[in-house]
Amino acid sequence: MDLLEFARGPALQVASLIFAAGLVWRLIHIFLIPKKTDISEARFGGEKMGGLRTIFSRFVHHQPFRRRTRNGTLLAYTTHIGLAIIVFGSAPHILFIESFSGLSWTPLPNVVIHVAGALTLAALLTSLGRRLSHPVLKMLSNFDDYFTWLVTTLPVVTGLLAVAHVGARYEMLLAIHILSFNVFLIWFPFGKLMHSFIAIGSRYTTGVTFTRRGARV
Amino acid sequence: MTQATEQYPLDTSEQRLTIREPHPRHDTQGDMTADERLRKAMANFAKDINRTTATYMEACVHCGQCAEACHYYVRTEDPRYTPIWKLEIFKQAYKRENSPFGLFYRALGLKRKVSVEQLGEWQELLYDSCTMCGRCSLMCPMGIDIATLIGQARHGMFEAGLIPDELHAVAQRAREEGSPLGATASVFEDRAEWMADEHDTEVYIDEDEADILVTMSSIEIMKYPNAIGATAKILNALGEKWTFRTEGYEATNFGMMAGNVEWQKHATMKLIDSAIKCGAKLVLLPECGHAYGALRWQGAAMYGKPLPFKVQHVSEFLADVISSGRLKVKKVDQTVTFHDPCQVSRRGGATPAPRVVMEALGLDLKEMVPTGDFNWCCGGGGGVVTIHRADRLRYKVFELKMEQVEATGADTVLSTCSNCRQSYNDAKEHFHWDKTMESLLELVADNLAEEN
Repeated sequence: MDLLEFARGPALQVASLIFAAGLVWRLIHIFLIPKKTDISEARFGGEKMGGLRTIFSRFVHHQPFRRRTRNGTLLAYTTHIGLAIIVFGSAPHILFIESFSGLSWTPLPNVVIHVAGALTLAALLTSLGRRLSHPVLKMLSNFDDYFTWLVTTLPVVTGLLAVAHVGARYEMLLAIHILSFNVFLIWFPFGKLMHSFIAIGSRYTTGVTFTRRGARV
Repeated sequence: MTQATEQYPLDTSEQRLTIREPHPRHDTQGDMTADERLRKAMANFAKDINRTTATYMEACVHCGQCAEACHYYVRTEDPRYTPIWKLEIFKQAYKRENSPFGLFYRALGLKRKVSVEQLGEWQELLYDSCTMCGRCSLMCPMGIDIATLIGQARHGMFEAGLIPDELHAVAQRAREEGSPLGATASVFEDRAEWMADEHDTEVYIDEDEADILVTMSSIEIMKYPNAIGATAKILNALGEKWTFRTEGYEATNFGMMAGNVEWQKHATMKLIDSAIKCGAKLVLLPECGHAYGALRWQGAAMYGKPLPFKVQHVSEFLADVISSGRLKVKKVDQTVTFHDPCQVSRRGGATPAPRVVMEALGLDLKEMVPTGDFNWCCGGGGGVVTIHRADRLRYKVFELKMEQVEATGADTVLSTCSNCRQSYNDAKEHFHWDKTMESLLELVADNLAEEN
């Protein structure tokens, strides 16, 4: 078994297993903690709708907050949208998704993927620089922040190298790319990458509470 | 029991401006070993963990954007004032002791145990530099209600005897005397009678039956007693059957702000029991922000079941009776701006109510920027105004308010919170500022139309 077969085979299987088990464990653990029920008289109804609305409304800051948060928001959007374009728009990734889900769609042109990859990498590097230099981010940051950055950045870098055939044989670059993705999968449930699931819960909860009070969400 | 030292004597009665050089320190109450304090803080913190708290603790991505919503950070650029950092040691404790991977964190030594020294260090962040105004909660991209978590963290700090002495003393006085400022039942009765004479109106006390139980804040009773007369005049003009009750007249809740759930419940239950005793259908809360949160949103939890009466802030009541045409007011030729009390507007959802009242009064309202739900806090909420050593920081963040008010060009600042009013008027003296904060309730009472 060569490195590529290992990366695509047992390594990916083990990584997927850890990803799924960790994800389920972390979510179930939170869900099993008893819930505190709010029995205050609601100002208006529609708390659940308010909760659902908040899941989406918090994607964009309220207008009075936008100027002061512009840089962070721009970097976050560039990274997230860039990653989404790469993961769901490139032909090899669509083939990979099809291989386990049966779902397929038309890929985006290569040039779009390459530009998205370059922008994403630039945003990730800027984010790291900002985290290391901004007094607030520097103080807040811990191992999770830096390791999450690393496991997110590695697949982007190795993917770009594989596409450009730079540094080694294509098979070797592809194997390293898949292995870096496996590391990403393994780390996902343990660190802050889980915000992609947990933030839905926290936004919803806050949306329900604030809507109950008639307050802005 | 609060223990002041000779080095840092307690001073709860002097004028605020006498404190020139606040001493850097953290206070302790009670005779406990460091281990005991730590154990109590952590045990009480763990007791508060529910699904919502856990979700919030797990959701933070350390984006740091909440700093940009916080008046303390914006004004000082001190990163320690980042709202989520104020919870850092409790996040650390949660991750280590209660989180899904706590076992690994402990086994691999990835999260250190919180120390009592850290708790002491965090006292300033949880009390002096947070008014629980909730601006951060409104901006957090992950939807974390940071202000609520600060309130919960204070529970642990209180039990560990690690809160600022002045706030402890004020909360203790409220528990023992029924008022944080010495507005005991007999003092209140005296002042209510005085206000009845002054405003030439009837004030009802200890009526056996009433539709409305009226409450006041100690700040109003002692510093702004016209609120008593103003409320009476309005309710009498409406022909309401109302009363004060001497066993439950004071609506502030310093137990809540200090972090003592038992004291919070005691204060809340006095109001609930009084309302039930006189058969009130409505409890009318005074111009006080946190009193609104304490009864309107947390009262039922203290009672253990839904409250058998309605609860309204006086601004909501005024908006209702004016909108329905029951109360007529005269037009007032005045240019004003309005300060939104955080707990009534942003955290309470009653932002439109005072604007309905101001429109009826025909006031020329010059809104602050930002305003309404996004308005900056006065800096005195959450018990901060009681903490002397926090004065310098409080004045620093108040400069934001001064800039906001000056930019409107309005002559008068109106609000519906006596604690905000106290903070404003204290800062006015400090800065020799020419703007005074007035009460919207009193303005309404002074301008009741003849046909009422």
